[in-house]
Amino acid sequence: MIPLALSHFSLESCLGSGLTATLRGLRERRSGLRPCAFETVSLATHVGMVEGLDADPITATLAAYDCRNNRLARRALEQDGFARAVAAARRRYGAERIGVFVGTSTAGIHETEIAFRQRDTATGALPPGIRYRGAHNPYSVADFVQRALELRGPALTVSAACASTAKVFGVAARMIELGLCDAAVVGGADSLCLTTLYGFHSLQLTANGPCRPFDEARDGISIGEAAGFALIEHAERAADSSGVLLLGVGESSDAYHMSSPHPEGVGALHAMERALASAALVPADIDYVNLHGTATKVGDAVEDRAVSALLGDTPCSSTKGLTGHTLGASGIVEAIIAVLSIQHGFIPASPTTQRLDPQFTSRYVIDGAARPINRVMSNSFGFGGSNCSLILGRHV
Amino acid sequence: MKLYVEGVGLRGPGLADWMAGRRILAGQVAYRPAELVVIAGDTLPAAERRRATASVKLAIAVCSEAMIHACARPEETPSVFSSSGGDGATITAILATLATESRELSPTGFHNSVHNTPSGYWSIATHSREASTSLCAFDFSFAAGLLEAASQALTAQCPVLLAAYDLPYPPPLHAVRPIALGFAVAFVLSPQLTARSVAGLSIELTRADAPVTGMSDPVFEALRLGNPAARSLTLLIALAAAVEQRVIIEYVAGNVLTVAVVPLLEPSA
Repeated sequence: MIPLALSHFSLESCLGSGLTATLRGLRERRSGLRPCAFETVSLATHVGMVEGLDADPITATLAAYDCRNNRLARRALEQDGFARAVAAARRRYGAERIGVFVGTSTAGIHETEIAFRQRDTATGALPPGIRYRGAHNPYSVADFVQRALELRGPALTVSAACASTAKVFGVAARMIELGLCDAAVVGGADSLCLTTLYGFHSLQLTANGPCRPFDEARDGISIGEAAGFALIEHAERAADSSGVLLLGVGESSDAYHMSSPHPEGVGALHAMERALASAALVPADIDYVNLHGTATKVGDAVEDRAVSALLGDTPCSSTKGLTGHTLGASGIVEAIIAVLSIQHGFIPASPTTQRLDPQFTSRYVIDGAARPINRVMSNSFGFGGSNCSLILGRHV
Repeated sequence: MKLYVEGVGLRGPGLADWMAGRRILAGQVAYRPAELVVIAGDTLPAAERRRATASVKLAIAVCSEAMIHACARPEETPSVFSSSGGDGATITAILATLATESRELSPTGFHNSVHNTPSGYWSIATHSREASTSLCAFDFSFAAGLLEAASQALTAQCPVLLAAYDLPYPPPLHAVRPIALGFAVAFVLSPQLTARSVAGLSIELTRADAPVTGMSDPVFEALRLGNPAARSLTLLIALAAAVEQRVIIEYVAGNVLTVAVVPLLEPSA
């Protein structure tokens, strides 16, 4: 593919608001995971929660889009001058020429979860004021972001479980390549809700304490919430530059099981190989792999096998012990962490990992490292066997 | 964007499949409204068939039909699944359980609730490791899916399977999102003309400067407006007809897709 510039980006997660706080959290190895105190949830698990969203409603012209998920998205849009950068791009390209391709797994379903508790006891009807279109429907986040940024180009929500906000980079690259838009806002948001907390609990996939990626005693995921966005455009047309480019995207399906990865990691391998092919790179060109690494027994083992087979002793780590598994948002969260690791020359640590699984053969860097990083592969794998690997980097 | 339609799949009320549906849409056979019957074909293995939701069965039925017409191999065909609401019944069951004291969800119900469930079952059933994208654009999901499938086919230079499907929500969500009927459509879109091409499509993304094409028959117009996937009906009726037509399909944010349809086969006699 033709490399595209990631000219601006923003992030909101339990590590903090914005890039400076995120970078500090990564460098200080500060996990944002805490015992779950979300809403009425009573599960013995840790979550990566963003504080203060309840007291921060969306009002005025976009009130129809008010929900936890869009509040989270708005927080990210407000960080790091992102909305201003998009406004400048809008003046340069035109509002019709900037796409909005964002992802989510559960959008604002939490509002509907609450509404179901308030159903009319006689008729079963939902309470008045439910915002189906602006909150519940998966498109709500794309619609909100498009309106908030005053854009009028092509838009969609990708909802492919935990690969959602990685796959949006592929959508944007294709649309830009075909000239359907000149630039795109990619990313998305996934917020805490009962559906995913109790859902992953039902699958016995949630950890009791903070998740421990690649640890021999790992016992599942810690669910987090996050929103992140990137403005991507033709490198030669970008007004300013982070210096980091989207170099490759690889997508595949496991064709194996709805909620378990292929035991040989065939789908994951396929996505990583395709990302390398799309970037016209070889394994030796990758300096660091930001793993999907959710800390499930099977998922980590499969990814270890696939990464070892393809990338040998390339350093790798998962940042989910810091941010939690932000599900549909994990693709954009980790793409932005990849950009930070390139810009600031470091491999993020995995402080919740204590003892590396002795069966594993990949070069997992528990303590992180300071070193020049030019190209990062970022992996996102989801339910339904949906896989996506991104390669971000700079020209060297 | 120039593409060719290699195969079509269709399920809707009184539209049993594309072979029957195109005759009805071409005016050769009278339309008789009937309940949409969703039957899990033999594409799904037995274990998956047991776990499959109604929307999975519906999406896979149209995918299988379109792929057979196109003589396309799923292992080599990337796919795009577009739906406004996903599986409303599964999501409703989860929401109802979460409103109870126990909140004990069914693990299968949970993994069946993700928006990309049909895509997952399709790849499992057909052993396809090709890329698959599941998307949503509310009422404009068909147009968004068409644009995404077209862009995949043209950038990868290979045929792409597009499926758009939606089913009515059960109560109480039906009252806030009144999808009136079940409907699903699938196309195999190829960047190259082949012996199986049934029509050429030229798709343009433009600002809405002309009215969106509707169905002249009010019964069909009610179908078109009753389900986001049925926004494909204006394209389907153009494919069923023998003459060149221009179809304008509503897309997001004041944009439309203008699709010039050039039929390549005689309509069914």
